[in-house]
Order: sequence, then C-alpha cells, then structure tokens
Amino acid sequence: MPDNRRSRIQRLFERLRREGRKGFIGYLTAGDPSLDRTAGLALALERGGVDLVELGVPFSDPIADGPVIQRAAERALRGGASLRKVLEVAVEIRLTSEVPLLLFTYLNPVLRYGVEALARDAAAAGIDGVLLTDLSVEEAAVHVEAMRRHNLDTIFLAAPTSTERRLRLIAKYSTGFVYLVSRTGVTGESDSLSGAIAPLVEAVRRVTDLPLAVGFGISRPEHVAAVGGLADAVVVGSAFVRLIERNAANAALEIQLESLARELKHGFQLRPS
Amino acid sequence: MIGPQPDAGGHFGPYGGRFVPEALMSPLEDLEKAYFEARQDPAFRNQLDDLLRHYAGRPTPLYYARRLSESLGGARIYLKREDLLHTGAHKINNCLGQVLLARRMGKKRIIAETGAGQHGVATATVCALFGLECVVYMGEEDMRRQRLNVFRMRLLGARVEGVASGSRTLKDAISEAMRDWVTNVATTYYLLGSALGTHPYPLMVRDFQTVIGQEARRQILEAEGRLPDSILACVGGGSNAIGIFHPFIPDEKVRLIGVEAGGRGSALGDHAARFSGGSPGVLQGAYSYLLQDADGQIALTHSVSAGLDYALVGPEHAWLHDQGRAEYVSIGDREALEAARVLSRTEGIIPALESAHAVAEALRRAPKAPDEVFLVNISGRGDKDIDIYRENFPELDAG
Repeated sequence: MPDNRRSRIQRLFERLRREGRKGFIGYLTAGDPSLDRTAGLALALERGGVDLVELGVPFSDPIADGPVIQRAAERALRGGASLRKVLEVAVEIRLTSEVPLLLFTYLNPVLRYGVEALARDAAAAGIDGVLLTDLSVEEAAVHVEAMRRHNLDTIFLAAPTSTERRLRLIAKYSTGFVYLVSRTGVTGESDSLSGAIAPLVEAVRRVTDLPLAVGFGISRPEHVAAVGGLADAVVVGSAFVRLIERNAANAALEIQLESLARELKHGFQLRPS
Repeated sequence: MIGPQPDAGGHFGPYGGRFVPEALMSPLEDLEKAYFEARQDPAFRNQLDDLLRHYAGRPTPLYYARRLSESLGGARIYLKREDLLHTGAHKINNCLGQVLLARRMGKKRIIAETGAGQHGVATATVCALFGLECVVYMGEEDMRRQRLNVFRMRLLGARVEGVASGSRTLKDAISEAMRDWVTNVATTYYLLGSALGTHPYPLMVRDFQTVIGQEARRQILEAEGRLPDSILACVGGGSNAIGIFHPFIPDEKVRLIGVEAGGRGSALGDHAARFSGGSPGVLQGAYSYLLQDADGQIALTHSVSAGLDYALVGPEHAWLHDQGRAEYVSIGDREALEAARVLSRTEGIIPALESAHAVAEALRRAPKAPDEVFLVNISGRGDKDIDIYRENFPELDAG
C-alpha cells in the first residue's frame, strides 16, 4: 500500500516502533470549556509530547464515563458542541498540526449524522480514526465498511472481561491500534493501577500484531511508567479533563495542560516500580 | 405473519441488538446463556410459578367494568387487574423471574433502576425475600415525585441512590445503574425493570411478563367466549404492554393499542411520545424509536407519570409498530388524570397514573365501539400517585 493510503495513526505507530518509543495518547472533551479553545488545548497537548489526540464528542448520556468526563460533556453541550462542530475544530487543528486525531464518542450522534456522511466529512476534516464506546463488534459491520471506504481507522475496545473469541473479533475489526480498557468500569482517575492490565495485554497480544494502547485510570507518571512497560501506548483522559475543569477561567490553561502532559510523559523515563 | 423474534443477536427486525461498552459484552453473553438454561429447566419454571401464585398473588382477576362500560354506552370493558398484585404493579412478575436467575448465577448483590418507583419496590421486595443486597438508582426528580416509594424501598432494606445528572429521571437512573454494573460486574446482577436496554433484557422481561397475556386470554375466552377486539396498555419502556400483547400477536383480528405519554404538549421535551415525536436511534443498549435532537443528543421528556417518562421505547414495540401489528397513540397529562378520576368513581379502582393513560384511550374509543370487547391492562394501583392526584385535584383537598 502506498504511504499516502496509510493513516496518520498507522504511520505514528510505525515510527514509534522504529524509534523504540512508546506512544502517549491524550483525551479531551471537545467543546470544554468552549469550542473556540479546543484546538488550542489539543495543540498544547501535542507540545507537551502527546503523540495522538482523542477528540471526545460530548453525548448527553455517556454510560461509559465517570463523573469527570460526564461533567465535561455537560459543559460542552451547554456551550453548543456537536459532532459537526467538533469536525470544524479538527479542521482548525489541521491548519497547523499533523498530530493524529481520533474521534471518541458514542454511537447515537453518529447514527443521527449518518455513518457514511460522517466517514466522508471526518476524512475531509483531517480525522484519522473513530472509536465508538457503545458500538459492539457484533453491530459494527456497516460502520467499519463506511470508515474503510474513507481510509479511517476503526478502533475498538478490549476489556478484562472479553473472552478470547471476542478479542479475536475485536482485533479483526480494529485498525491502527486496539484500545485496552485497564479495568471493568467507567473512565476516571484511580490511585493504583488495576492488576488486570498485564494479563489483558498478554491475551490481546496472542491474537493480534496491532499496537496496543491501555487507558482508563491512568493519571500519574508512575502509572505511565508501569503501563509503558507493558503496552505500546498509554492513554490519559480524565486527568487532563479535570485540569481543564479546574482552570477553565485561567488564561494560562494551555500552558498548564502542556506542563501536565510533559510531566506525565516523563513517566516513560521512570523505571516501572 | 411475523417470524420468531428476536433473532440470536437480540434483534426485533432492525431494532434491539446489543450496544454497550465491551466490558459488558461477555457478562451479557453469560446472562443470556444462564437465562436460556433456566428457561429450559422445569425446576426453575415450577419455582417461579409457585412464587407468582403464593407470594405475588397470581392469577390476577379479569374484571368486567360494568358501570364504566354502561356509562360510556359502547364497548364492554374488561380490566386486567395487575394492580392487585403484591407491591401493587406488574413489575413483581419480572422481578421474581430475574431474582431466581440471579440466584442461579450465584450473584449476591442486586442493582436496579426505577422511574415511578414500582420496579424499585418490587426489586427491594424480592431481595428482602431472598436476603440479597439491593441498591436502587432513582433520579432525584422521580424521588421527589414518588416519595412514598422511596420510603417503601428503604423500609424493605434497599439502599436508594439518588441520581442528580441529566434530567434526574429514569434515563439517568439507568445510566448510573449501567455504570455500577460495568464496575462491579463480577459480583452484581443488574435487574432491569422494563422491556428495554440491551439483549437479552427485552426478551427476558417480555417472557416474564407474558403471564399477563396468557391469563387474560384464558379469562376473556371464559367470560365472553371470544377474543377481545382491542387490547390497551400504557407504554413507557413497554413491559406491561408487551406482556399482555404478546400471546395475542398471532390473533391478527385483535387490535393491540399502546398508549404513550403525551405530556403537556407536542414540542420536544414536553412529552414521551416516541412514535409520533421520535426517530430510530440508540440509547442505553438498544436501537429503537427515540426522542432526540438534530445532533443525536437525547431529548428531555415530560410526563406527569414517572413510569412513562423515558426517551426510548422498548425495541419489540418498535418492530410491532413498523409491522403494523400494533398501533401507538398518546394521551396527555390532563386527560390521564381525568381518566383516573373517572375509573375511581365508577368502579372504585384508583389506577396508577401510568395505567390511567390506557384507561383514557379506552374512554375515547369505547363510545364509538358498540358490541366490541376491550381489554385494558391496569398495570398498577394509584396509591403511589396520591400526592400527584392531590396536587391536581385541589378541589378535593379543600378544608
């Protein structure tokens, strides 16, 4: 396949592999604190060392999210965020950045937009892949075909409860990488890491050569160190969203976010404890 | 003719299915397997039948509402008296079935959502009966509207968790219960109360509620020597309606009429009439008719009746609707309240506000249907709604 047919996500993981580095993925709820600040915050994450930005599209009933991202979604929706507006934010990011962008949301806003229309418009806006938290692989055929037609990656979640049969299906439908959920539960920070991570990484490794990213509950440099020792990439979400919540009114918010990203990324240099 | 529904993936035509985070998929597969095994096991069926009979009070009467029918001068109206069941509503049918399943699966902790509180009370009841830990999620707005049921649940030993997010009603209680379940899935059984959510719940809840229609079919044949012309039931998620409709689906001459909440008006946010005001979408695990805005965000709903106040209709109803096998109408708050007063005064039966919606539709149709037989499901009794009746009939509360 010629290189221009490869998504930015695929090229990122190839580069990381060549350089012997781990990937650092950051999540933001687009539209929080406002739509016109989201591109700036995504660029701040990139400056802080984030290799791939997940743009969370807010949904009114986020069953997979804990309180921090629920509140962010409520603020974003009050501020007028929608899937259409988040695509405009992606266009704005693309004016100055080639950071891979992943849309991270729930199925219903996508159904309402139209699966084919979204694939077309997301690709045109510079989005590289889509992850829908409540789309099971069993129901995903139409979605996956549409995204493929527009050269977008489809990322699916694997969980500690997933059976081997399910992990095979998840690997089959995923491109770019597989997103491993570190624990059974909703998004949110935690004090200590789940013991489920190592066995899950091992189980997914057995069924696929795709890069593996681990998320949910990773909020400290020592977590990054530990997970970086197991997987190809680490996802941080709620810790960034919480910082944005606490400092929304602060003119230095972008700088604070960049610093937090840098501090967390430094975890890769620590020895896993 | 309609084929067997749902298919192996839980689809009723295009509706239903399984739309949940991956962490719940294997547990749902386990639940489905356990349910199919239980369904085949005569011991499970016998234990459930015994509890339905001796604990819940089945069979419930089919009562000919003579004064009501004569006053309307049209159809002969029969009432299926689910309001006479233990805990005061049909919800106990499903709770007894699911709690037996939870025990078979070795789960010690039960969680549930509740809107009007009837499902929460029924869940708290069966947990007390079997000595299981019980947590019920309830929107804060519903806790305010249904204070009596909150207290009943607590008296029964359940913990009631108020939910302050979103519209603070049933939808938000379900989201919170799903978050609890995904977090504690190894130890916890989620006892969902209506024919909605993700596969196998719509199927399982329907199966446990079908006893309503099976009894009613026998009873009406005994009373009238023929099937009814119309069956009317209120539809929130739709469990009492699917329970009474289901055994009559092959009887194509029997009209099946589901009554949704028309609320206080036809604008989005003022009602819970999913068929007239919604379009297909996914909420909380299932694909069905949904009240949503242009961006696919779930719309707020309103009904005077907490049990009908939900943005998505159960997927089997969506299928029956598209097939033309059932029709769906809506009744507004005021008309439902009036119907409750009419039934109270003509028959001495104070219905739940949910059931009053079905009664109201029967009041509309009966005068134009001489010689017809109507079957109306009185899914619950009105004691829980006394505060709302008082607010709305201030002239009765003077002095």
